[in-house]
Order: sequence, then structure tokens, then C-alpha cells
Amino acid sequence: MFEYFKNIWSGFTTALHGMAITSSHIFAKSVTIQYPDEKLTLPSNARNRLQLEMSRCNACNSCAVACPVNCITVEGTRVSPDDPQQDVHWDGKPRKMWVTRYEIDFAKCCFCGLCQSACPTDAIKHTVEYEYSEYDRNKLLYKFQTLSPAEAEEKKRLLAEFRAKEKEKECSSTAGKAHEAKE
Amino acid sequence: MGEIKRMDLEYSQLDSDRMRINVGPQHPSTHGVLRLEVEVDGEIVTEVVPHLGYLHRSFEKHCEKLNYQQIIPFIDRMDYISAMNNEWPYVMALEKMLDIKVPEKVEYIRVIVAELNRIANHQIAVATFGMDAGAFTPFLYYFRDREAIISILERLSGARLLYNYFRVGGMAADIYPGFKDDCLNVVKQVRKTNAEIMKLLIHNSIFIKRSANVGILTPEVAINYACSGPVLRGSGVAHDLRRDEPYSVYDRFDFEIPVGKGDVGVVGDCWNRNIVRVHEMEQSCRIIEQALAQMPETGDVKAMIPKRIKLPKGEVYMRTENPKGDLGFYIVSNGTDKPERMKARGTSFVNLSVIPEISKGYMFADLILILGSIDIVLGEVDR
Amino acid sequence: MESTNFLWDLFGRNVWTVLAVISLPLLFVLVYALIAILAELKISAWIQERLGPMRTGPWGILQPVAEVIKLLQKEDITPDQSSKLLYNLAPFIIFTGAYAAFAVIPFSSAFVPAGIDVGLFYVFAIGSISAMGIVMGGWASNNKYSLMGAMRSISQLISYEIPAAMAILSVVVLTSSMNMQEISSMQSGGFWNWFIFGGPGGWSKLWVIPFTIGLTIIYFIASLAETNRVPFDIPEGESELVAGFHTEYSGMKFAMFFFAEYANMFVVSAILTTIFLGGWNSPFGDFLQGPWWGVFWFILKSFFIVLLQIWIRWTLPRFRVDQLMHVGWKVLLPLSFVCFVAISLFAMLN
Repeated sequence: MFEYFKNIWSGFTTALHGMAITSSHIFAKSVTIQYPDEKLTLPSNARNRLQLEMSRCNACNSCAVACPVNCITVEGTRVSPDDPQQDVHWDGKPRKMWVTRYEIDFAKCCFCGLCQSACPTDAIKHTVEYEYSEYDRNKLLYKFQTLSPAEAEEKKRLLAEFRAKEKEKECSSTAGKAHEAKE
Repeated sequence: MGEIKRMDLEYSQLDSDRMRINVGPQHPSTHGVLRLEVEVDGEIVTEVVPHLGYLHRSFEKHCEKLNYQQIIPFIDRMDYISAMNNEWPYVMALEKMLDIKVPEKVEYIRVIVAELNRIANHQIAVATFGMDAGAFTPFLYYFRDREAIISILERLSGARLLYNYFRVGGMAADIYPGFKDDCLNVVKQVRKTNAEIMKLLIHNSIFIKRSANVGILTPEVAINYACSGPVLRGSGVAHDLRRDEPYSVYDRFDFEIPVGKGDVGVVGDCWNRNIVRVHEMEQSCRIIEQALAQMPETGDVKAMIPKRIKLPKGEVYMRTENPKGDLGFYIVSNGTDKPERMKARGTSFVNLSVIPEISKGYMFADLILILGSIDIVLGEVDR
Repeated sequence: MESTNFLWDLFGRNVWTVLAVISLPLLFVLVYALIAILAELKISAWIQERLGPMRTGPWGILQPVAEVIKLLQKEDITPDQSSKLLYNLAPFIIFTGAYAAFAVIPFSSAFVPAGIDVGLFYVFAIGSISAMGIVMGGWASNNKYSLMGAMRSISQLISYEIPAAMAILSVVVLTSSMNMQEISSMQSGGFWNWFIFGGPGGWSKLWVIPFTIGLTIIYFIASLAETNRVPFDIPEGESELVAGFHTEYSGMKFAMFFFAEYANMFVVSAILTTIFLGGWNSPFGDFLQGPWWGVFWFILKSFFIVLLQIWIRWTLPRFRVDQLMHVGWKVLLPLSFVCFVAISLFAMLN
């Protein structure tokens, strides 16, 4: 009998305790952040959309290798010494590789940050930019290369020409040497 | 659904119709895409069959195609609520194989982030358990506090949920200035909210009535089913790897292992499983305070990180105390930079297997509470 | 009996006034439901340290309107295997039940839609109609969750009608009237004359006050159960039954359930106000007393009870089916009997 009334009493009082607690929160400051109007400031190391700094990239492919989901595609070609257009890196050193293709598919990216830590020149970096949703999945394929496909073809052709020239020269020189040796 | 239960045509068995209900994969309180096939006799549950696999991502097979560093982001996605704790046993297994001794400061950072994440995990566990019982408000109080923990971890690692912060032999980044103050503030706030939730939810008479004496898991059954973590401790078995097999620097801290004592209800019921988590938050707070005091000021967290991880031939198993229980990784190496075989012992999966055992004979509403008290994350169940 | 309807005094009793009398409560229900939905959204948000809806209109006050428009636009889905007639009828029956109860609610000393002498009896009889609608909807949906919700709902309603009836019966014993307008006018002259404090009477009523307060609480708890509010919302227990009896409903039919729930909340609050909290009487005797102030006081008091229901909803967890029965039959019923006997004794001795 005593237990019965004790149960009723505790049920009643604990409910009142709870109501006191909830009512004490009514006038507390709200924690809501009204997103598009106010935004949280992200820390500078936040891992959001990737950004490639082309002046640092030397198409070494380490980011593509490090990526666990294969969302980065890198293609490069050596800069031909004959190329009329010569480029320099951010630190003034001459560019050795043209980046003919650098694509990141953000639909695949898992924002793990491994490419960032693998990059030897700090070219690829996560930014704090996170509002880049698209209705079309294909629009999430970002192309970071500065060269147009035609230009890339041109660079490849130049390199191939240069290589061929080198080979010819080499062949002729070795042939010359062989000739000398024969004599 | 699927198979039809055959019943012998005896009138004694036809007194009531049994009904098969499909709980999930789309249901408000299956905590993800779990599907429970439940047979009920009126309101009484007579049979529960969990069906898994709706979130299966073939994690273990996938790992065989990735190198050791690339596996870590996928480990984050197993138990995505406590990703920091997930990474730890894996990284420790590799360090054991490679015989790397990590710097002192790294150990302390690991302890702190793991305990912070443990608090965040338990906050979600207790909050969703309350929500299963119908109390919505504690859920949002806990989420408000969890935000502070998440932002600390975000400032450390750069991500809010899937951190990828651990590296073999170190951490991805050093702590930021002001980290200690942030942690102490969190600890203060966690204690304050816990005291409030104790009054608002845990000791509420209705909540006690709902969760006490429900889903009783006896210690024997818990051990037979290889349960671990708060599920096992709620049954009164004081098993905690942080104390029983001290890894890292856990032997330097003074903390207790809360177990279900049966203050309300009986040992091993939902209420006791739940209260263990609340007490564990307090113990984690204590560990964080001690670790912050002991942490060396200097030290390079990236000093010991190998450039390229290539394991010697052999195999290794390492387990740690995840918020949900023992999480272990078994790695077979063939001497290359990719594992030959990778096996994860998912805590949630093992703990979930006890559901059919402990939910028979209780009411349908209790089944939801029992599921909530087990605290599963489907990302880890299905892997 | 004096006239209880100002419209009939002004314009006489004809088709138009009858229509006006019918539509006034309907108008009130619609406006009130929107306000109550907003209150529910905002109070839950404030309790949980959120802001609640902020985008629709200034401070989000148009949110309920937006929600109703959204529900109107949504596709009205009828499950393939459902019993079509019952399925489509159920929401209307529930709303009718909730709305019909407004007929006898005295909004003011000069306005009660139908001043019948057995008002309390009528409210109780009509209140059970919504149970019928719930069972129809739950069974006709051909959904196991709906069926379980409907079964739970019926057992819950039956068990909680009795303590509520006991509470009302006690007041009937004190007033010897079932006319709600009469009960209201009996409590005039300040809050001390309300039936929560034993009603009008000399100092001898002091010893009956604990029982009347107890009955008020019992009626309040029972009314929570009758309107399926937390902690007694097991017929729609979100975490186990998805949405209970209205799982399959969508669009406008769901909105009908929604409106009926809020209308029911007001009905039980209005009854509580009328029989225990002095109805349309001012709490300060003749201060601010009158037909127009009566409307103000009545709605203020009723809305306070509605707010109390909302506040409880966002505080407490919900009961289990068997515990609900336990509370209904083993706690509220015996206690209400004790109070009833005590009050009857008081009425006899007086």
C-alpha cells in the first residue's frame, strides 16, 4: 500500500521536476544558427572542396595515387625545350611538366585529405568552400588544367617532335661514332 | 514476410492470431536501415529475426585493394559516430607490426580525442534511447553539447564526423592553441547537462517504468554472445580493455569502470545499460582532465610517420575499447603495401546478435527500447 | 431559462442565425488550430533552445498556414488493399466528433451554441465518436501498425473515460446540474468560487478542497489520454508504430486528423475550464466581468490548459500499453472514486 502511494507520488514529482527543467530552458538563449543568413566560421584546416594551385603542380601524380576513391585524374607531359611558351613555378623555378589534364570528380571525393598530405609541393589543398551543390552530377567534375585540349595536343606534339629530333641526333651521332670506330 | 509460419491445426494453438510485422528498414527507430522481422501475439513479441545487409559496402574486401594509409578513411565510415575510436585499433595494429614507438604527446592527444568522441557517442546513445521512449527534449540538449565536441575535433582534424586524423606513428596535425581550454569547457558543460538529464529523463518515473526490468541480459548470456562495452557492463561484468589490457597510456589514469548495479530494476536491463553510458561520460571527463594535465607541451606529432607503409609478412590483431565495445582489427600481411586479408570485429554487429535472445516475451514497445539500449550503428553492423 | 445566445436575441431564430451559430465555432476551431500548431512548434523550440520556424512570415508565424497549404497540395494516397469507404470516411467522423462537442461549450455568458440541459452528458457521448473514427481509420488502412494503433486507442479511450466521468460527475453532484452554462454561472464571484476550490460555499468547504483539486488533476491526466497526447500517445507512438492509426493517411485527410487532434485538445481544455476553472468568469469577482470579457477569460483559461498539454508533451516520455492501463484502472480510477465519495458526502451534509 505504501509502495503504491510512493509510486504515485514519485511519478507526480518527477514529472514536475522535468517540467521545471524544461521551463527553465524556455528563456535560455537559442543555439540555432540560421544557416544561409549566418554561417559558422570554419577552421582554416577544414576539409571541403579541393583547390589546385596550378603554379605549384608538377603533375607528379602522387595525389591520384594517394586517393582512396580514385577521384583525381592527372596527366602530364614533359616541357619540350623547343617549346616557345615556357612557364615558371610560383617560386621562379622553370616548369618541367605541363599539366595536360587535372580533373577531380567531387561526386566521388570522400574529403579524407590524403591527397593534401601526399602532395610534395602543396599544390592541392582543401578549402573552406562547401556550397557547391549541383543539380547535374556531371557538373561536379572539375577541370583544373589551364591548357585547352588543343594546346595539350600541341605540347604533346612538340615533345614528340623534340624526342624524335633527339633520337635522330642520337642515332646520327651513334652512327657517326660507329662509323669512326669502323675507320 | 517471406516464409509463412506453419502452425499445426490444434485448437489450443489457434486461440490468438500471431502477426508478423516488418520493422524497418524504413522505420523511425531502427537507428538506420536495420530490418527486424517481428512476430507478435497481440502486443507481445514472440520472435525477432534481424535482417542485415542494407548498408553493406564490403569494407573488408575493399581494403585488400587499398594501401594501408588509404584504409583509414573507410574505417571512419564503419562506426561513423565515433570515428576517432575506430581509427585507433587499426593504427595501433600497424604500429605493432612496424615496431613504431609513437611520441608521448601523440599518445595523449589520442587519449583525449578518443575520450571526447566517446562522450559524443554516448550522448547520442542516451539521447536516442530517450527518444525511443518518447522523450524528445533530452535529445536536443545532448546535441547542443555534442556540437562543442564536434567543433573541437573539427579544428583538430578538419572534418566534423569522418576525421581521418590518426596516422601510423603520429597524428595528421598538432593540437591548436586554446585546445586545453576548449576541452575543459566541454567537460564542464557535459557534467552540467548530465546532471540535468539525470533529473529530466533518467530518474523520471515514467522512464524508469519503461526501461527497468525490460530486456534483461544476464551476464552469462552476455558473455556467451560475446557482448562487450556498455551492453556487457550493464549486465554487471566489469570488463573494460582500457583497464584489463591497458593500451597506450591508459594505465596512467585514475578512472572507474561503471557497471550496472541494479539501483533501479535488475542488473542487465535497459535502464542499467543506459545508466552505464551516463556514468562513462563522467569517467571520460575525468580521463580528459588528467590527460590534459599530464600532456607534454612539446613534441612533434608527425616525427614518426613513415613515408610509405610496408608491413612485414605476418599477421596482427589489435583491439581497443570502442564506445560501443571491443573493436578489433585482424590484418594479414603478405609483405606488400596492401593487406592480404583484413577483418574487423564490429562491436555493433556482435551486440546486435543478442536481440532475438533478450527481446522475446516483452512487449512490442519494449523491443524498440531494447534495440535503442544496445546502441547500434548500422554502418558498423553491415560494414 | 434565460436566453444563452446573443445572436438569437439580436436577430431572432431563423435559418441565417442558426447557420451563424454553427459556423462561429467552426471559424473559431480553424483559427485556434492554427494558433495551437504554431504554439506547439514554438514552445517545443524554445524548450529545446531552438528558434523554431523563422522563415514563413515575421518570426515564422505563418508556418501553420504554410503547413496547411502544403497538406492541401499533397497527393491523397489511398492504399490499394484498403476498405475504401471506411478509409475515406474515418477522418471526417473524427473531425465531426471533435467539432460536435463545441455545440455545448459556453464561450461566454451570452453565447453558447446550444444550451441544452444535459451538456456534460452530451460532450461525453459525442467524445466517444472520435474513437469510432480512429478504429475505422486504423482497420481500413490495412496496415498492421494502423491496426495496432487503433486497438490501443480503443482500450485507452475506454479506460480513461471512466476517471474523467467520475471527475465530471463529482461536479454534477455539487451543482446538481448538467447544463454547462449553469455550472459556469454558478462559479461567479472570484476564483475562490471555482470548483477547483470546492465551488461557492462557506468555510465548511475547506475540507473538500483537496479532493476537488485532486479531481482537477485526475481529469487533466485523463484528458491527456483521451486526446492521445504525451505521455499517453501510444496509439500513434511514433517510435514504435510509425504514426499509429494515421500511418497511411496523407494530404487533406491527414490534415483532418491533425485538426481533430487540436480541436479535441481544446474541447477537453474547455470542459476542464468550465467545470473546474470557472468557465467565462473573471478570477477577480466583478472586475472585468461581462459577456465580452467572458470570451476573453474563457479562451485564456482554455488556452492555458492547451499550453500545459504542449509543455508536458515536450517533457515526458511515453507510457507502455500495459502501464497505461495500470495508471488508468489502478491509480486514477480508485483515486477518483475516493474523491467522488468525499464530495458526495460533502454535498449530502451541506
